[in-house]
Amino acid sequence: MCGIAGIISRDGDRAIGSEMTRMLQSMKHRGPDSTGYALYGPPSEDWVMRVKLADANAERDYDFAARLGRHKDEIERRLRQLGATVYTTVDATEYAFEAHFAYDGDLKALADRVEDVRGVEVLSLGHSLQIVKDLGDAETVSEQYKLDALGGTHAIGHVRMATESDVDISGAHPYWAYPFQDVAVVHNGQLTNYHHWKRRLERSGHRFQSECDSEIIAVYLAERMAGGDDLETAMRASLDELDGVFTYICVTADALGMAKDELAAKPLVLYEASDLVALASEEVAIRAIVDREIDTYDPFEGEVMVWQR
Amino acid sequence: MAALTYDARGLVEVDGTPPRVAEIEDGRASFDARELTTRKINAELRRLLHEEGIEDVTIHNPGARHSLGVGILQRCRITFDGSLGYFGLGLIDGPEVHVRGRVGWSACENMMSGVVVVDGNAGSLTGAAIRGGDLVVRGRVGARTGIDQKGGTIIVGGAAGSMTGFMMQRGRQIILGDVGPGLGDSMYDGTLYVGGKVKSLGVDCVLGEWTEADTEFIARKFRIYDLGEPPELQKFVCGKQLYNYDNLEPSERKLVL
Repeated sequence: MCGIAGIISRDGDRAIGSEMTRMLQSMKHRGPDSTGYALYGPPSEDWVMRVKLADANAERDYDFAARLGRHKDEIERRLRQLGATVYTTVDATEYAFEAHFAYDGDLKALADRVEDVRGVEVLSLGHSLQIVKDLGDAETVSEQYKLDALGGTHAIGHVRMATESDVDISGAHPYWAYPFQDVAVVHNGQLTNYHHWKRRLERSGHRFQSECDSEIIAVYLAERMAGGDDLETAMRASLDELDGVFTYICVTADALGMAKDELAAKPLVLYEASDLVALASEEVAIRAIVDREIDTYDPFEGEVMVWQR
Repeated sequence: MAALTYDARGLVEVDGTPPRVAEIEDGRASFDARELTTRKINAELRRLLHEEGIEDVTIHNPGARHSLGVGILQRCRITFDGSLGYFGLGLIDGPEVHVRGRVGWSACENMMSGVVVVDGNAGSLTGAAIRGGDLVVRGRVGARTGIDQKGGTIIVGGAAGSMTGFMMQRGRQIILGDVGPGLGDSMYDGTLYVGGKVKSLGVDCVLGEWTEADTEFIARKFRIYDLGEPPELQKFVCGKQLYNYDNLEPSERKLVL
């Protein structure tokens, strides 16, 4: 089933970490297997990279902690080898960390070099985007990664009920649009021309870290935007080129957009106010952050809407 | 009976006893649902209707919770002072309900009789498979309104999404705004009235011939629900070419269609 949510401020920074947690927790019944966030904090001059060293349910053999420590050291070494100046690394969990660094080279080369370390996945890379995803419900993940303290302008989130791939972090949303900075997607639905697009994008040099169809949307949109489309144009094109039933939310460094396929088979409720726009698979998620009677509606089939922060 | 303990993941309210929080005065009851779970709200509503014999209940702050007011099978008046989530008011038979807000997906599914008036918008699958009664949404509705409708009347003040009246079998819909693609797709019978633009007709949905009975029906419904003067409406019905209206073999039917 899965649940998706998005929020974008029209009035400066908000407590997007805690707000997204409340939205996602209220939709726990739509997907208790994993929870993910894409959070946009204040833009930084430095690059922020979120990295997963192993999956949360990876087997803990005797060498587990030491091996991950070696892999983390190797990532730092490779960053420096590529010319990056690493300022800080912060452990989020025993198997995930974030790195802050300066770098002016090719992002794809950097991401590929980092992911060449065995078991490693770059969850996000950008100047303001941070993707956090893990097993369990929103309160569990938020506490684990200390997300309540995070402020910013916009965010998306996802609660996952695993249906077609494993219960692991790789199958959790949001998906970063490798190798494009600050683009992420959450999705509810199924793409029926997944293999067609995966092959096509792989031929263009993109890699996929999961077997999840949702990852296609992120890379598809980012590639179109890299080719000159703005977010709305890219999303409108996706309605024609992606088959299946889907409602998805895409975020960039300064915008948030939603798209719904022509069958409108997956729900989305929208609330627009002067200070924020909030959208979610269920209105209860919006009520979790707007505690008063509000006027909401469902966007129609084939609709694309984009809001700037 | 021993308390249920099956919900290890915290997804279900296991305590079904009514909270007994309603205030009752002059045969009317009201209570605030803000701090109550879905199960507690429904338990309190049923207690008031069945144990206390109250026939007029107001529920404040329903908070867009799902599955409220389901399975009410008696004549009574219920007011929700706020919005409902998904699957609200399903399987009802008799009540007169006013929702001072919006309703989510699948409101009034399988409604048998009664009246439901929604002041705001409604999600998709509104009035799915309803068999009787009147469902009035003053705002807009999502996709597949009245899917598998078997009777009753659905009135929508605003626009409607795709596949409105999909597989409709009986009953009537009055949509005052525009409708999306696939209007009346695969309908067997029933009547669709549309005041706005129709993006496209579905398979076997055709323009119908307007009669005096249509004029009388529309005028009566507009009068009952205080909708003002009826606008000019188009009438759509089943072309009766698709299902069960001939003795053709499938290969022959393809040629006919």
